[in-house]
Amino acid sequence: MFGNPVRLLSATGLVLVLGLAAACGTTNAAGGGGGGDAGPPKPGGTLRLGISSNPDCLDPQQVGTNAALNVGRQLVDSLTDQDPANGKITPWLAEKWEVNADSTSFTFTLRKGATFSDGTPVDAAAVKGSFDGIKAIGPKAQLGNGYLAAYKGATVVDPSTVRLDFSAPSAQFLQASSTMSLGVLAPSAYRKSPEQRCQGDGLVGSGPFVFESFKSNQQIVITKRKGYAWGSPLWKHTGEAYLDKVEFRVVPEPGVRTGSLASGQLDAITDVQPVDEPQFAGNGFTEPVRANPGIVFNLHANTTRGVLTDLKVRQAVLKGVNRQEVTDTVLTKNYKPASSILGSATPLHLDLSKELAYDPDGAKKLLDEQGWAPGPDGIRVKDGTRLSAKIVFSLVFNQNQSVLELVQQQLRKIGFDLQIEQRTTAETQQLTLAGDYDFIWYNTTRADADILRQLFSTKAGNRSKLTAGNPLDATLDKQAATVDEATRKPAVEEAQRVIVEQAYAVPVFELTQVWGLGPKTHDVAFEASSRMRLFDAWLAG
Amino acid sequence: MTNGVPRRLAQAVVVLWAAFTLSFVILYLLPGDAVLAKLGGGEGGSTVTAADVARERAALGLDDPVVVQYGKRLVAAAQGDFGRSIATGEDATTLVLNALPSTLSITGLGLLFAVVFGGAIAILGTYTRSRLLSQFLASLPPLGNSLPPFWVGLMLIQVFSFDLGLVPALGSDGFSSLVLPAVTLALPTGAIIGQVLAKSLRTQLDEPYVEVVLAKGAGRARVHFGHVLRNAALPALTLVGVLAGNLLAGSVITESVFSRDGIGRVTASAVSAQDIPVVQAVIVLAALFFVVLNLVVDLLYPVLDPRLAGRVTAKAVSGV
Repeated sequence: MFGNPVRLLSATGLVLVLGLAAACGTTNAAGGGGGGDAGPPKPGGTLRLGISSNPDCLDPQQVGTNAALNVGRQLVDSLTDQDPANGKITPWLAEKWEVNADSTSFTFTLRKGATFSDGTPVDAAAVKGSFDGIKAIGPKAQLGNGYLAAYKGATVVDPSTVRLDFSAPSAQFLQASSTMSLGVLAPSAYRKSPEQRCQGDGLVGSGPFVFESFKSNQQIVITKRKGYAWGSPLWKHTGEAYLDKVEFRVVPEPGVRTGSLASGQLDAITDVQPVDEPQFAGNGFTEPVRANPGIVFNLHANTTRGVLTDLKVRQAVLKGVNRQEVTDTVLTKNYKPASSILGSATPLHLDLSKELAYDPDGAKKLLDEQGWAPGPDGIRVKDGTRLSAKIVFSLVFNQNQSVLELVQQQLRKIGFDLQIEQRTTAETQQLTLAGDYDFIWYNTTRADADILRQLFSTKAGNRSKLTAGNPLDATLDKQAATVDEATRKPAVEEAQRVIVEQAYAVPVFELTQVWGLGPKTHDVAFEASSRMRLFDAWLAG
Repeated sequence: MTNGVPRRLAQAVVVLWAAFTLSFVILYLLPGDAVLAKLGGGEGGSTVTAADVARERAALGLDDPVVVQYGKRLVAAAQGDFGRSIATGEDATTLVLNALPSTLSITGLGLLFAVVFGGAIAILGTYTRSRLLSQFLASLPPLGNSLPPFWVGLMLIQVFSFDLGLVPALGSDGFSSLVLPAVTLALPTGAIIGQVLAKSLRTQLDEPYVEVVLAKGAGRARVHFGHVLRNAALPALTLVGVLAGNLLAGSVITESVFSRDGIGRVTASAVSAQDIPVVQAVIVLAALFFVVLNLVVDLLYPVLDPRLAGRVTAKAVSGV
């Protein structure tokens, strides 16, 4: 609630600041020429990284914000890794694994030699302890709780073999095992309370960096783990990380973040805002960009409410949204229009851009056929009912309001009245759980197609309020029961097709991470969930 | 005076209780609660279930009847325990006390700047014989007060940090990081002090006693500093007590712009997370600060104006 007006005003201020900077002609730090290849990576140095919000907690098993996950990712290793290029699950702490036929039992064989930073070995007992520990804190594990919803328990088969059992088919668990949310913490971590771990006390992992200090609203410092030698084979180099130290500096004002990077007070920043993106083009700075996998930002319809009960009306809305215009005008070319309900970075994404093409005439035709006739103010009316629905949103993404205002104008052209209502995060959550909405606006990051089941299945989130036994449920169950891509792919593709055809949700655009790197900063990388990987990062002299 | 202190203390307790109760009621009445804000908070989007929320609420005692929750909180707060932050699990009192020094350092320096610059503008503006300079100085306070602090902060960072590289743009380390935030905070406060002091200096300069003093042979400087300023300082001093509260409120924006830790940042995130324990700890602390500061201001009156020495009690009761 504080964020909104302050942000709005500061955007205005920023324009003036940028004007001044241009007038002074002193935007840039010395150096230049750092882009492209700067020779072989050089070990050493401290990376000063500006992040946009204060992580309330640092324990990767508990947190849900990018600011916190980006810190936690460096501190822990996971059983598996996921290739950002193709979504394949690859070895990391586990050198191999076996999954039973219905994906209820996963047996991992751990690599030898990995140790936690307190010196204890990463063995089967430690892995069991870590998974039990996540399960024990329940919803405090904001993401892990969902991944382990059906987790029954783990069995130590031998010191380097651990079996995890689930009470329901959980194909998604294989991908989940690659995330920092299920990263492995040392047994000693669980002798501390979850609240202590949040503040870094007992936050002991086996990752390439070690927690050093956390000063709330100021900075988090992590240092290189000496002797680290069990990195994922997907990474560019082996052995220890290049950087000696990373300082995550909390810089909430976007203009200050970009200015600090431009003036050399920071080496890298996250969350470059659309208005700031042009600052870092072609002047020695680089701008890594990656779309988030998972559910794209969408108008998720409650099919039991008002005019949205009518399939043709939902389809008209789907056709009436001009996705390209949204990314072209409100966002930047770094953001992609949605081409399915799943983001294009999600494994098993199906390109449905043809079905999602802007087609206002088709939309009007559908509405005409259903007897919705334009009223005096341009909004269609049938039997005294206005063609109108509300959408609830919160400001988890800064541009949400502008995007929805544009969508509102677009839908007005087909005679649909979209009423936008901004609520707090808590309130949006409450309405979502209660099913009390026409449309809700959200996105969800997850590099596995099972997120569809979590939000659409009548046995899980059921945000469209469908009735049990519908065909979508069956496909979603099918994909949940197998890690075999030959079976899973057709099921996931079918589910995406049904959701778009039935317009259970109206996909709009893909959330995208945009970072800024200074001229000396290299190889800050995205992992498969579009979060940060600092192992290969290095600073030129 | 002996009679005034217990009465004053009783008033303070009522103020603190009212602040505590009002903040509880407002936060409780808001839709949603801290658990929903926490579990639904990530950029990743949430897949939390109603059962999860219920479990977490029960664990935190948030499913008790509201009267029970209020009663428990009040009893604990009376002993200085505001409970644990729902968002972070830290002790709310500790959280707030840890953030306090950082805020006190910028508000303290800000207040100093405000008094010095506001005072200088007012005194010089009324002392100078140049009409032009006097008018120029008189126009500064309205200007200072109308500039939005976040914008001033960003401009100061742009010029003094990004362009000139004189001070760091970020952080709370060292004196150099204090200057720009303090100036940003001082600007609106100093403007008000300058305006009020200039006004009362002008009023006092028209008083008959000035002519008497001049007739007795005193120089302009002596009249201005020895007599007029002393009389004109009282309204400005009263204002300082009130404005110190503004400085605290200003820290919400200033600390965000300058990426500093402090009460402002803690408040902003606690309010948006509906984190009742932390918000209450902040509000009660702020109320305490206000009460103490105004008491100090009251006690300073007789020092400046001996005529008031016997009347402090009466003044204190009237609430200033």
